[in-house]
Amino acid sequence: MWLTLRHMFRPKVTLRYPEEKWQVPEYYRGIPVLVSDQDGRTKCVACFLCQWVCPPRAITIKAQELPFSNVEKGPREFEINMLRCIMCGYCEEVCPEEAIFMSKEYELTGRSRQELIFDKERLLRLGGTRFDTIKKWVHK
Amino acid sequence: MGSQVSDKALLTLASADPYDRGAFDTDALKDSLFTTRIDELVSWSRKNSLWPMPMGLACCAIELMAMVGPRFDVARFGAEALRFSPRQADLMIVAGTVSKKMAPAVKKVYDQMPEPKWVIAMGACASSGGMFHSYSTVQGVDEIIPVDIYIPGCPPRPEALIAGILEIQKKIATETK
Repeated sequence: MWLTLRHMFRPKVTLRYPEEKWQVPEYYRGIPVLVSDQDGRTKCVACFLCQWVCPPRAITIKAQELPFSNVEKGPREFEINMLRCIMCGYCEEVCPEEAIFMSKEYELTGRSRQELIFDKERLLRLGGTRFDTIKKWVHK
Repeated sequence: MGSQVSDKALLTLASADPYDRGAFDTDALKDSLFTTRIDELVSWSRKNSLWPMPMGLACCAIELMAMVGPRFDVARFGAEALRFSPRQADLMIVAGTVSKKMAPAVKKVYDQMPEPKWVIAMGACASSGGMFHSYSTVQGVDEIIPVDIYIPGCPPRPEALIAGILEIQKKIATETK
Protein backbone atom coordinates (compact mmCIF):
# COMPACT_ATOMS: atom_id res chain seq x y z
CA MET A 1 0.00 0.00 0.00
CA TRP A 2 2.80 2.36 0.91
CA LEU A 3 4.60 1.30 -2.26
CA THR A 4 1.57 2.19 -4.32
CA LEU A 5 1.34 5.61 -2.70
CA ARG A 6 5.02 6.19 -3.24
CA HIS A 7 4.68 5.35 -6.91
CA MET A 8 1.74 7.66 -7.30
CA PHE A 9 3.87 10.65 -6.45
CA ARG A 10 6.87 9.78 -8.57
CA PRO A 11 7.31 11.44 -11.97
CA LYS A 12 5.36 9.55 -14.62
CA VAL A 13 7.13 7.72 -17.42
CA THR A 14 4.17 7.51 -19.78
CA LEU A 15 4.68 8.93 -23.24
CA ARG A 16 1.26 10.34 -24.02
CA TYR A 17 1.06 9.08 -27.53
CA PRO A 18 -0.77 11.05 -30.02
CA GLU A 19 0.05 14.33 -28.30
CA GLU A 20 3.64 13.54 -27.38
CA LYS A 21 5.84 11.85 -29.90
CA TRP A 22 9.00 9.91 -29.34
CA GLN A 23 12.26 11.60 -30.19
CA VAL A 24 13.30 9.65 -33.28
CA PRO A 25 17.05 8.94 -33.31
CA GLU A 26 19.25 9.86 -36.23
CA TYR A 27 19.77 6.30 -37.37
CA TYR A 28 16.13 5.16 -37.13
CA ARG A 29 14.88 3.08 -40.06
CA GLY A 30 11.32 3.94 -40.93
CA ILE A 31 9.62 3.26 -44.24
CA PRO A 32 11.64 3.57 -47.46
CA VAL A 33 10.91 6.54 -49.69
CA LEU A 34 12.19 7.84 -53.01
CA VAL A 35 13.89 11.20 -53.31
CA SER A 36 14.24 13.74 -56.09
CA ASP A 37 17.17 16.10 -56.42
CA GLN A 38 17.00 19.86 -56.46
CA ASP A 39 16.09 19.94 -60.18
CA GLY A 40 13.00 17.88 -59.51
CA ARG A 41 14.44 14.82 -61.23
CA THR A 42 13.81 11.41 -59.74
CA LYS A 43 17.20 10.08 -58.82
CA CYS A 44 16.23 6.46 -59.34
CA VAL A 45 17.55 4.95 -62.56
CA ALA A 46 15.66 1.64 -62.29
CA CYS A 47 18.75 -0.49 -61.93
CA PHE A 48 16.71 -3.08 -60.02
CA LEU A 49 19.35 -3.48 -57.32
CA CYS A 50 16.92 -2.71 -54.50
CA GLN A 51 14.35 -5.13 -55.94
CA TRP A 52 17.04 -7.79 -56.11
CA VAL A 53 18.37 -7.29 -52.60
CA CYS A 54 15.06 -6.75 -50.79
CA PRO A 55 14.66 -9.79 -48.49
CA PRO A 56 10.85 -10.00 -48.54
CA ARG A 57 10.70 -8.82 -52.19
CA ALA A 58 8.53 -5.86 -51.32
CA ILE A 59 9.78 -3.68 -54.20
CA THR A 60 8.48 -4.02 -57.75
CA ILE A 61 9.94 -1.86 -60.50
CA LYS A 62 9.14 -1.45 -64.14
CA ALA A 63 11.67 0.49 -66.13
CA GLN A 64 11.19 2.95 -68.93
CA GLU A 65 13.47 4.66 -71.36
CA LEU A 66 14.09 8.33 -70.74
CA PRO A 67 15.32 9.56 -74.10
CA PHE A 68 15.69 13.16 -73.11
CA SER A 69 18.54 12.94 -70.62
CA ASN A 70 21.97 11.45 -70.19
CA VAL A 71 20.44 8.93 -67.86
CA GLU A 72 18.75 6.63 -70.29
CA LYS A 73 16.64 4.75 -67.83
CA GLY A 74 14.10 5.60 -65.18
CA PRO A 75 11.32 3.90 -63.31
CA ARG A 76 7.95 3.77 -64.99
CA GLU A 77 6.40 2.11 -61.96
CA PHE A 78 7.97 1.75 -58.54
CA GLU A 79 5.82 0.00 -56.00
CA ILE A 80 6.73 -0.86 -52.45
CA ASN A 81 4.34 -3.15 -50.63
CA MET A 82 4.58 -1.70 -47.15
CA LEU A 83 2.96 -4.77 -45.68
CA ARG A 84 5.87 -6.90 -46.86
CA CYS A 85 8.57 -4.35 -46.07
CA ILE A 86 10.57 -5.15 -42.96
CA MET A 87 12.45 -1.84 -42.88
CA CYS A 88 15.82 -3.53 -42.96
CA GLY A 89 17.50 -0.71 -44.88
CA TYR A 90 19.16 -2.95 -47.45
CA CYS A 91 17.63 -0.99 -50.32
CA GLU A 92 19.14 2.24 -49.01
CA GLU A 93 22.47 0.53 -48.53
CA VAL A 94 22.64 -0.96 -52.01
CA CYS A 95 21.33 1.92 -54.08
CA PRO A 96 24.14 3.34 -56.24
CA GLU A 97 22.27 6.55 -56.97
CA GLU A 98 21.26 7.41 -53.39
CA ALA A 99 17.71 7.47 -54.58
CA ILE A 100 15.96 5.56 -51.82
CA PHE A 101 16.18 6.40 -48.15
CA MET A 102 14.67 5.14 -44.96
CA SER A 103 12.48 7.93 -43.64
CA LYS A 104 11.60 8.49 -40.02
CA GLU A 105 7.95 7.58 -40.59
CA TYR A 106 6.68 4.69 -38.47
CA GLU A 107 3.02 5.29 -37.79
CA LEU A 108 1.35 3.74 -40.77
CA THR A 109 -2.01 2.03 -40.69
CA GLY A 110 -4.34 1.01 -43.47
CA ARG A 111 -7.78 -0.45 -43.85
CA SER A 112 -6.99 -2.67 -46.78
CA ARG A 113 -4.01 -4.30 -48.43
CA GLN A 114 -4.29 -2.07 -51.48
CA GLU A 115 -4.02 1.07 -49.38
CA LEU A 116 -0.59 0.07 -48.19
CA ILE A 117 0.99 -0.61 -51.57
CA PHE A 118 2.73 2.67 -52.23
CA ASP A 119 3.29 3.68 -55.82
CA LYS A 120 5.97 5.93 -57.24
CA GLU A 121 4.11 9.23 -56.84
CA ARG A 122 3.37 8.61 -53.22
CA LEU A 123 6.92 7.54 -52.47
CA LEU A 124 8.31 10.60 -54.20
CA ARG A 125 5.94 12.80 -52.30
CA LEU A 126 6.96 11.27 -49.01
CA GLY A 127 10.65 11.53 -49.84
CA GLY A 128 10.80 15.12 -50.88
CA THR A 129 13.95 16.60 -52.33
CA ARG A 130 17.47 16.17 -51.18
CA PHE A 131 20.15 18.53 -52.24
CA ASP A 132 22.64 16.77 -54.48
CA THR A 133 26.14 18.19 -54.32
CA ILE A 134 27.52 15.88 -56.98
CA LYS A 135 25.28 15.84 -60.03
CA LYS A 136 26.91 12.89 -61.67
CA TRP A 137 24.77 12.59 -64.76
CA VAL A 138 25.01 16.17 -65.97
CA HIS A 139 28.34 16.11 -67.77
CA LYS A 140 28.44 12.59 -69.13
CA MET B 1 -22.29 -19.67 -39.45
CA GLY B 2 -22.38 -15.92 -39.60
CA SER B 3 -19.13 -15.58 -37.78
CA GLN B 4 -17.02 -14.99 -40.89
CA VAL B 5 -19.33 -12.36 -42.24
CA SER B 6 -19.55 -8.97 -40.57
CA ASP B 7 -22.85 -7.33 -39.79
CA LYS B 8 -22.39 -4.86 -42.61
CA ALA B 9 -21.99 -7.65 -45.14
CA LEU B 10 -25.07 -9.38 -43.77
CA LEU B 11 -26.98 -6.15 -44.31
CA THR B 12 -26.04 -5.96 -47.99
CA LEU B 13 -26.76 -9.65 -48.55
CA ALA B 14 -30.18 -9.30 -47.02
CA SER B 15 -31.20 -6.33 -49.14
CA ALA B 16 -30.09 -8.07 -52.35
CA ASP B 17 -32.67 -10.78 -51.69
CA PRO B 18 -35.84 -10.22 -53.81
CA TYR B 19 -37.99 -11.85 -51.17
CA ASP B 20 -36.61 -9.56 -48.48
CA ARG B 21 -39.29 -8.88 -45.93
CA GLY B 22 -37.47 -5.80 -44.69
CA ALA B 23 -36.15 -7.62 -41.65
CA PHE B 24 -32.90 -5.68 -41.80
CA ASP B 25 -34.43 -2.39 -42.85
CA THR B 26 -32.87 0.11 -40.51
CA ASP B 27 -33.43 3.19 -42.70
CA ALA B 28 -36.77 3.93 -41.09
CA LEU B 29 -35.13 3.69 -37.71
CA LYS B 30 -32.35 6.05 -38.74
CA ASP B 31 -34.75 8.95 -39.07
CA SER B 32 -35.51 8.80 -35.43
CA LEU B 33 -33.31 11.07 -33.32
CA PHE B 34 -33.62 8.82 -30.33
CA THR B 35 -32.12 5.77 -32.04
CA THR B 36 -29.32 7.84 -33.56
CA ARG B 37 -28.36 9.04 -30.14
CA ILE B 38 -28.49 5.51 -28.83
CA ASP B 39 -26.34 4.38 -31.75
CA GLU B 40 -23.80 7.06 -30.96
CA LEU B 41 -23.79 6.13 -27.30
CA VAL B 42 -23.31 2.48 -28.09
CA SER B 43 -20.49 3.17 -30.55
CA TRP B 44 -18.84 5.49 -28.07
CA SER B 45 -18.95 2.95 -25.29
CA ARG B 46 -17.77 0.19 -27.63
CA LYS B 47 -14.80 2.10 -28.87
CA ASN B 48 -13.70 3.40 -25.52
CA SER B 49 -13.68 0.04 -23.82
CA LEU B 50 -12.25 -2.31 -26.36
CA TRP B 51 -11.13 -5.55 -24.79
CA PRO B 52 -8.34 -6.84 -26.97
CA MET B 53 -7.44 -10.46 -27.22
CA PRO B 54 -3.81 -10.70 -28.15
CA MET B 55 -3.03 -13.49 -30.56
CA GLY B 56 0.65 -13.07 -29.90
CA LEU B 57 2.41 -15.55 -32.08
CA ALA B 58 5.91 -14.17 -32.54
CA CYS B 59 8.11 -11.10 -32.02
CA CYS B 60 5.32 -8.57 -32.54
CA ALA B 61 3.89 -9.80 -29.25
CA ILE B 62 6.80 -8.15 -27.45
CA GLU B 63 5.82 -4.79 -28.88
CA LEU B 64 2.25 -5.57 -27.87
CA MET B 65 3.44 -6.16 -24.33
CA ALA B 66 5.39 -2.92 -24.51
CA MET B 67 2.24 -1.14 -25.54
CA VAL B 68 0.45 -2.42 -22.46
CA GLY B 69 3.34 -1.36 -20.26
CA PRO B 70 3.59 1.97 -18.50
CA ARG B 71 5.52 3.87 -21.13
CA PHE B 72 3.09 3.54 -24.03
CA ASP B 73 0.05 3.15 -21.92
CA VAL B 74 -2.89 1.68 -23.77
CA ALA B 75 -4.99 1.98 -20.62
CA ARG B 76 -5.41 5.63 -21.57
CA PHE B 77 -7.62 4.42 -24.41
CA GLY B 78 -9.57 1.93 -22.37
CA ALA B 79 -8.04 -1.16 -23.91
CA GLU B 80 -5.96 -2.45 -21.05
CA ALA B 81 -8.00 -5.57 -20.33
CA LEU B 82 -5.98 -7.96 -22.44
CA ARG B 83 -7.27 -11.38 -21.57
CA PHE B 84 -6.52 -14.50 -23.49
CA SER B 85 -10.15 -15.47 -23.50
CA PRO B 86 -11.92 -15.03 -26.84
CA ARG B 87 -15.35 -15.30 -25.24
CA GLN B 88 -14.81 -12.05 -23.41
CA ALA B 89 -13.00 -10.05 -26.07
CA ASP B 90 -14.02 -7.89 -28.96
CA LEU B 91 -10.74 -7.06 -30.65
CA MET B 92 -8.28 -9.68 -31.79
CA ILE B 93 -4.76 -8.42 -32.39
CA VAL B 94 -2.93 -10.96 -34.52
CA ALA B 95 0.69 -10.24 -33.74
CA GLY B 96 3.21 -12.45 -35.41
CA THR B 97 3.73 -15.01 -38.13
CA VAL B 98 0.80 -17.31 -38.71
CA SER B 99 2.10 -20.71 -39.71
CA LYS B 100 -0.10 -23.18 -41.50
CA LYS B 101 -0.03 -25.38 -38.42
CA MET B 102 -1.40 -22.61 -36.22
CA ALA B 103 -3.96 -21.36 -38.74
CA PRO B 104 -6.87 -23.65 -37.69
CA ALA B 105 -6.32 -22.59 -34.08
CA VAL B 106 -6.45 -18.90 -35.03
CA LYS B 107 -9.66 -19.50 -36.97
CA LYS B 108 -11.19 -21.42 -34.10
CA VAL B 109 -10.34 -18.67 -31.62
CA TYR B 110 -11.79 -16.06 -33.99
CA ASP B 111 -15.01 -18.05 -34.29
CA GLN B 112 -15.28 -18.23 -30.53
CA MET B 113 -15.37 -14.47 -30.22
CA PRO B 114 -18.85 -13.00 -29.89
CA GLU B 115 -20.07 -10.31 -32.27
CA PRO B 116 -19.21 -7.44 -32.65
CA LYS B 117 -15.59 -8.18 -33.25
CA TRP B 118 -12.71 -6.52 -35.03
CA VAL B 119 -9.29 -7.75 -36.05
CA ILE B 120 -5.99 -5.90 -36.24
CA ALA B 121 -3.25 -7.54 -38.27
CA MET B 122 -0.11 -6.29 -36.61
CA GLY B 123 3.21 -6.38 -38.33
CA ALA B 124 4.42 -7.53 -41.70
CA CYS B 125 3.95 -11.24 -41.07
CA ALA B 126 0.33 -11.05 -40.02
CA SER B 127 -0.72 -8.57 -42.71
CA SER B 128 0.92 -10.22 -45.71
CA GLY B 129 3.34 -13.09 -45.23
CA GLY B 130 6.04 -10.53 -44.51
CA MET B 131 9.54 -11.78 -44.92
CA PHE B 132 8.47 -15.40 -44.98
CA HIS B 133 7.30 -16.17 -48.48
CA SER B 134 7.40 -19.88 -47.75
CA TYR B 135 5.35 -23.02 -48.00
CA SER B 136 4.63 -23.16 -44.30
CA THR B 137 3.48 -19.60 -43.66
CA VAL B 138 0.01 -18.25 -44.25
CA GLN B 139 0.51 -15.21 -46.48
CA GLY B 140 -1.45 -12.82 -44.40
CA VAL B 141 -4.01 -13.66 -41.76
CA ASP B 142 -6.74 -12.20 -43.97
CA GLU B 143 -6.61 -15.50 -45.85
CA ILE B 144 -8.43 -17.04 -42.90
CA ILE B 145 -10.21 -14.26 -41.06
CA PRO B 146 -11.47 -10.81 -42.12
CA VAL B 147 -9.10 -8.05 -41.05
CA ASP B 148 -10.09 -4.47 -40.29
CA ILE B 149 -6.78 -2.67 -39.84
CA TYR B 150 -3.32 -3.55 -41.12
CA ILE B 151 -0.26 -2.18 -39.40
CA PRO B 152 3.03 -2.49 -41.29
CA GLY B 153 6.32 -2.72 -39.48
CA CYS B 154 8.74 -5.32 -38.33
CA PRO B 155 7.82 -4.99 -35.58
CA PRO B 156 5.63 -1.90 -35.59
CA ARG B 157 6.49 0.46 -32.78
CA PRO B 158 4.03 0.49 -29.87
CA GLU B 159 2.98 3.95 -31.00
CA ALA B 160 2.08 2.53 -34.39
CA LEU B 161 -0.04 -0.09 -32.67
CA ILE B 162 -1.74 2.58 -30.62
CA ALA B 163 -2.36 4.46 -33.87
CA GLY B 164 -3.96 1.25 -35.15
CA ILE B 165 -6.22 1.05 -32.11
CA LEU B 166 -7.20 4.69 -32.63
CA GLU B 167 -8.09 3.82 -36.24
CA ILE B 168 -10.27 0.97 -35.01
CA GLN B 169 -11.95 3.40 -32.65
CA LYS B 170 -12.61 5.73 -35.58
CA LYS B 171 -14.00 2.83 -37.55
CA ILE B 172 -16.31 1.82 -34.72
CA ALA B 173 -17.51 5.39 -34.31
CA THR B 174 -18.49 5.68 -37.97
CA GLU B 175 -19.80 2.16 -38.45
CA THR B 176 -23.54 1.88 -39.01
CA LYS B 177 -25.16 -1.27 -37.79
